[in-house]
Order: sequence, then structure tokens, then C-alpha cells
Amino acid sequence: MTATRREFLMAAGALSASALSWPALAAPQFESIFMFVPAAPGGGWDGTARAIEQACKTADLVGSFQFENVGGSGGMVGLPRFINQHKGQANAVMVAGAVMIGAAISAKSPIGIQNTVPVAKLTEESGVVVVPANSPFKSFGELVAAFKADPKKVPVAGGSAGGTDHILLGLMLKALGRNPREAAYVAFAGGGPANAAIIGGQVAAGISGYSEFEEQIKGGRMRALAVSGESRIPGVSVPTLREQGMNVVSANWRGVFGAPGIQPAQRAALERLISSMRDTPAWKDILVKRRWADSFQAGSAFEKYVAQDVNDTVGVMKDLGLA
Amino acid sequence: MDSFAQLMHGFANALQPAVLMYGFLGCLVGTLVGVLPGIGPALTIALLLPLTFKVPATGMFVLFAGIYYGAMYGGSTTSILLNTPGESSTVMTAIEGNRMARRGLAGPALATAAIGSFVAGTIGTIALTFFSPLIVDAALLFGPAEYFSMMLLALVAVTSVLGNSLLRGLISLNLGLLFGMVGVDLQTGQHRFAFGQAELLDGLEVTIVAVGLFAVGEAMFMAWKGHAAEGKVEEIRGSLWLDREGWRRSWKPWLRGTFLGFPIGAMPAGGAELPTLLSYYAEKKLTAHPEEFGNGAIEGVAGPEAANNAAAAGVLMPLLTLGIPTSATAAILLSAFTSYGIAPGPLLFQQQAELVWTLIASLYVGNVILLVLNLPLVGLWVQLLRIPAPWLYGGIILISTAGLYGASSSVFDVGLLYAFGLLGFVMRRFDVPVAPLVMGLILGPMAEQSMRQALTISAGDFTTFITRPISGGILAIALLMLVVPRVLKMRKS
Repeated sequence: MTATRREFLMAAGALSASALSWPALAAPQFESIFMFVPAAPGGGWDGTARAIEQACKTADLVGSFQFENVGGSGGMVGLPRFINQHKGQANAVMVAGAVMIGAAISAKSPIGIQNTVPVAKLTEESGVVVVPANSPFKSFGELVAAFKADPKKVPVAGGSAGGTDHILLGLMLKALGRNPREAAYVAFAGGGPANAAIIGGQVAAGISGYSEFEEQIKGGRMRALAVSGESRIPGVSVPTLREQGMNVVSANWRGVFGAPGIQPAQRAALERLISSMRDTPAWKDILVKRRWADSFQAGSAFEKYVAQDVNDTVGVMKDLGLA
Repeated sequence: MDSFAQLMHGFANALQPAVLMYGFLGCLVGTLVGVLPGIGPALTIALLLPLTFKVPATGMFVLFAGIYYGAMYGGSTTSILLNTPGESSTVMTAIEGNRMARRGLAGPALATAAIGSFVAGTIGTIALTFFSPLIVDAALLFGPAEYFSMMLLALVAVTSVLGNSLLRGLISLNLGLLFGMVGVDLQTGQHRFAFGQAELLDGLEVTIVAVGLFAVGEAMFMAWKGHAAEGKVEEIRGSLWLDREGWRRSWKPWLRGTFLGFPIGAMPAGGAELPTLLSYYAEKKLTAHPEEFGNGAIEGVAGPEAANNAAAAGVLMPLLTLGIPTSATAAILLSAFTSYGIAPGPLLFQQQAELVWTLIASLYVGNVILLVLNLPLVGLWVQLLRIPAPWLYGGIILISTAGLYGASSSVFDVGLLYAFGLLGFVMRRFDVPVAPLVMGLILGPMAEQSMRQALTISAGDFTTFITRPISGGILAIALLMLVVPRVLKMRKS
């Protein structure tokens, strides 16, 4: 009888537990999240971090967010701080991306993004190769021919040296059998001056993330010749480099990282949080509004992706003479 | 006249009570932000960005525009009263403005700054309304070669702030050029003078250097002078308002400052500091009272203040017509646009006509609000000078430290602030002017980068600076600026 009694009690317990789990499901997965942004407020990483906050709060996934912005040098000022001060902290996350890899290499830093715990990749942006509207280069083939002849005569504008834009140009020249160090790369601080130099015809071509040039392309002040992603950007008819016979793929991705030293279970909890966040209507809404391309990837696949990217970037930076 | 009708429609929107309230709030916050050293409009707007999730676009941009214009007004106040510019674009104002305050003319100095800001802001906004596409197209003709020539011209203009001793002035300028080299080189990614410090890789921030040299340095110098400084609280003589003479001497510098500030502000790499320097130079050369320069000449306040505000309006032009941000604040505004799903660019005026015209109308309204807000404040601000020096300067150090730490949460930056404070003290002690250092820090990196960009584009050909017509023309003007005064002097003697 005791057995039945125990069974009954257990059943009752299970019942009440499942009854309790209803509100438990709606309760936040995390009471609080510490969000570390290794960039100044207002930039791309900061925008991603605030969008995560927005989506998580709308869906009640997280109780409260605490932010810390430590900007500078492609994230290399913030990264050591995140690693040292938040080691083992289960609710600490950092938003970072491809730019940090290049920054760590050119800073010859002993630590890099691989010293944190990759949680998930969220968005990805293709690079785009453009020329001024009145450029003599009518097609990508003509631009390539000019590069082949003498890269020094084809000045290309983009972001700071060693950044994703510069790396893409290096990859392109390498694919053409030229030395990446021959590039006439004109680095500009920030998208504004680079945009102006291209529109004003001061340079022969420009390279940057698609969103940086999008409005100028739509407004007819620049012509896009190629995009650098695996496939075309949805809704944009510009062919990829691969389609045009150049085997180069690169994209500027952004993702979420956990603090080093957290337990596998804690890491899984962060992955669960970001996965749930990605499925919320609020996040989907933000993706559309800001025209971010969803490139979600979590867990070990993402970890492998990061390791591969670090490896590849070291190679190109060496070719460019920056590592 | 289509744009006129749309502007009127914009006014109808901007004058609605709710929108007007955002405008007023923005102007108030902006003025405070401008007054406080170390906190700038870019940071303030960035910190308010999360509000874009909650506040409708029109209200938000009217608020941001108020902050932006307000900071330009407020920045001059501490420059004039306390010789501690809150922004790098008001460094030039401090030179004559603070001398005026020390002569008991703080009232007229603040008044000419506020009215000059209003005049320049309004003319700038009118130009923004009607001539944007024209001016932006002209600004796009400027490439790296032209910027380099402009920097050379600016370096000639710097001679006007070197002070009495050429040697001391040049020491200061060269220190500034040297400090400008610190950090990652943009063109090659190489590290220069960073000594392995990650914090130094982005270079020395002009705000930290300026606040350190001026605010902290001044406070240390006051403390060192000790009893000598006591009881030196200046009597406020004369009117708080501009007298007839003040108006007469101010209006031309206001207009000249405006016409220097607006186009340079509209250039993708122009900025607000360069026109203030050129305006100061022009006023010093054109004034009928050369003996007053260095001792508190009102023209030296009126011109740079107008230039600074006109440049602020100029910066909005490439942002609104092309979606190109040309300053830190503009870049943050751009990200505010995108968080509403609005893409500023060539199509903005067609796709978001309502928002753009309300924003522009609110700039006019904001200018009026700021004038109304700032003129009565002159009386209040002047009272600051009655605070005993130890308290006043103690307060300045506290506010600059808190502001800087609040902005960057970096102890390293605070250390840097005090290091430059110490340098500022030493420079004051040995009578070395600090303004050339700040100008060198601003101009040096711009000159270096644009020269190397130009040379990459021309494949190493130096003649590019002369053969490009605009660049060559600017160089010719710079040469004339160097030669003509000397020739005239020789003729006279």
C-alpha cells in the first residue's frame, strides 16, 4: 500500500510541477544579462546588442539588461577587459564579429576572440565592389582587367587598413595572381569620407559592407559590380564574385560570445536564450527594418566557423603585410 | 517654390506642442552638454539611441537636432568664462573670449557668442533648406589632395595663435603634431607611439587633450598661484548686453564666420575646428583694433562662434542629401535613422519628405529657442565668476573627471586627462600657449592622412597637389597669406 501511496504522492507532485511549469515557461530564462559591447555606443556592434535587448525584453526572455560599452581599436580595448573581469560569469555576453579578428591580428595581441566562448552567429553582411556612376569600368570584367594590368593604377577606397574591406581587396588580388601588397588601397576613417571619395570620383573603385553603399547604389551615384557573399543578397540583382569567375567569398558577421570559463550547461543556457531570441517576432521585425541578413549558427558549428575565420584572416593579413 | 511650401508644412508640424516640447528639451539638454567639459553631443545622442524603440521618429529627431545645435551654443560658455572649452570646436573662442571675461566683459562676450550663433545657425539652416544639392556637389569636388592643401592653409592660419614668442608657439604646435601621430596608422595599420597600450591604438582623443590642457591645466595653475589668485574674482563691468559698439564690431565677423563655417562643415572631411581657426585668422588680419587681439577682442569671439555654428548646419547637408555622415554626431544620427528603418540617402527627401522638412523647420525653431534660452542665461552664467576660485576650479576638475569617466568608463582616459593637465600647467608656467597644441593635434593627422591618400591615388606623383586646379588654388592662397603681409610690412618701413 505504501508503494501505491508513494506513487500517488509522486504523481501528485509531478502534476503540481507540471502545473507550476506553465508560469515557469513564461518566466524569463535569465533574470539579468550583462551585455558587454567592445565598441562605442552607436556603432554596428552596439546596435546589434541593443536590438538583442529589445527582442529579449519584448518576449520576456530576460528580466533586465546591464550594458557596458568599452570602445576602441576594433574591440581590442574591450576584449581583454571582458575576458579578465567576467571570467566564469554565466550571464555575461559580448557582441563582436569579424572585425575583431583582424584587429587582434594587426595588434599582434596574444588574446583574441577565440579566448571567449562562441555562443551564436546572428547576422552577416556581404561586401560589395562599387565604382562611381560615371566610371569607365562598365563591368566587373573591365575592373578585373585593370587590376590584372597594374593594381597601383586602380585606387580603391575603403575602411581602415587591415579591416574587412582591405582584406577583401587582398583576396581579390591574390585570386588574380597579383601580390596583395601592390594594392592602391586608400583607407578612410568611417563610411562618410569613403562614400564621398567614391561618389566624387576621387578613386577608381570602392569596397565596403553592402549597407554602407546601399543608398548611393539605389540613388544611382554608384554602380555595384559584385558582392562578396556565398550567394546574392536577397532582392539585389548584383552577381557574386564567384558567379563572375573569381573564387573569393567573404562576409562581415556579428555574433554573441560568452565569458571564458563558463560551464557547458551555462553555455547551453546562453545558446538556448539566443536561439529563442532569434525566433521572436520582435527580432524578425528588427532584421527586416535594419536590413540585416539572418545567418544564425550556434554551438560547435559556430565555434568551428570562428576558428576557420581566424585561420583564414591570419593568412590574408600576412599576404597584405599586416601580420 | 516647392521646397518653400514643404518647409511651411514642416513648420506646421514642428510648432505642434508635443514636437515643440521635444525641441525645447533637446535645446536644454544640448546647452548643458555643451557647457560640461568632456561630454559632447555625439555621446549624448548615442546614449539616447535606445529611446528610438519607444519615441516616434519626428519627436526623436527634433530632440536630437536640439541637442546638436544646443551643444554648439553651450560650448562657448565655459570657454569664455573659465578658459575651459567643452568641445574642440570652441577652443578658438577661449582665446579672446576668456581675455574679455578677465577684463570684466564676460557679458558682451557671451552675448556676441549667442547672437552670432543664432545668426550663423539661421543663415546656415536657410542655406541647408534651399541650396543643399548645389553645395554638396561642390563639396564633392574636394578630394584628398584638396584637403591636404587646405590643411597647409590652416597651418599658415595657426601662426595667428602662436602668441608673442614664435619659438614657444612652434614648440606647442609641434607637440600637437607629434601627439597626433599616436595610434594605429590608418593607411598601413602600423602602430606608432602606442607603447603596447591598447588604449592608445585609436590615438589621443582631442576632447581629452583639450579638456586636460585647458580645464585641468588651468585649475592646477590657479592652485599653484595660490594666494596670488585670491580675490582676483573679476568685477563685471558694463552692460551684460551688447552695446552699440559691440554690435558694430560683431556683425561682420558673424557673417564672415558663417561663410567660412558653412561650406567647410559641408565637406566630407571638413569639420568644425578648421573654420573656427580660419575665422580667427581672418578677423585678426582684418580688424581695426589689432592691439586688442590677445587681450580680448570681440571680433575674435564673434567670428569663430559663428563659424562653429554654421559648420554644424553644414554637417547636416551631406547627411540629409546623400546619407553621408561627416562628423561623429552625424554618424550617430545616421544610426538613429536606420533604427527607424529610414535610410538617409539621395532618396530621403522624396521618401521621408514629412520627416525631413519637420526636422529642418525644427532647426529654425531650435535656433530661436536657443537664443531665448541663452540670452537670459548670460546673467546667470556670469554669476559663476563670483564663486571663489578654489571652489570653482575644484568643481571644474570634478565635472571634467566625472564627465570623462562617465563617457568612456576608462581609468586610463582619466589618467591621460591628468597627464595632459600637468602638461597644461607646465606650459602655462613657462608661458607656452596651449591652443597651438590642440590645433596641431587636430590638423596633423588630417594633413598626414590626406597627403598619403592623395599620393596613393596619384601613384606617388607629388605634382597632383599643384596640377589639380582647386588644390593648386588653395596652395596659392596659402602662399599669398604667407608672403603678402611681409611685403606690405617691408613697404611701410
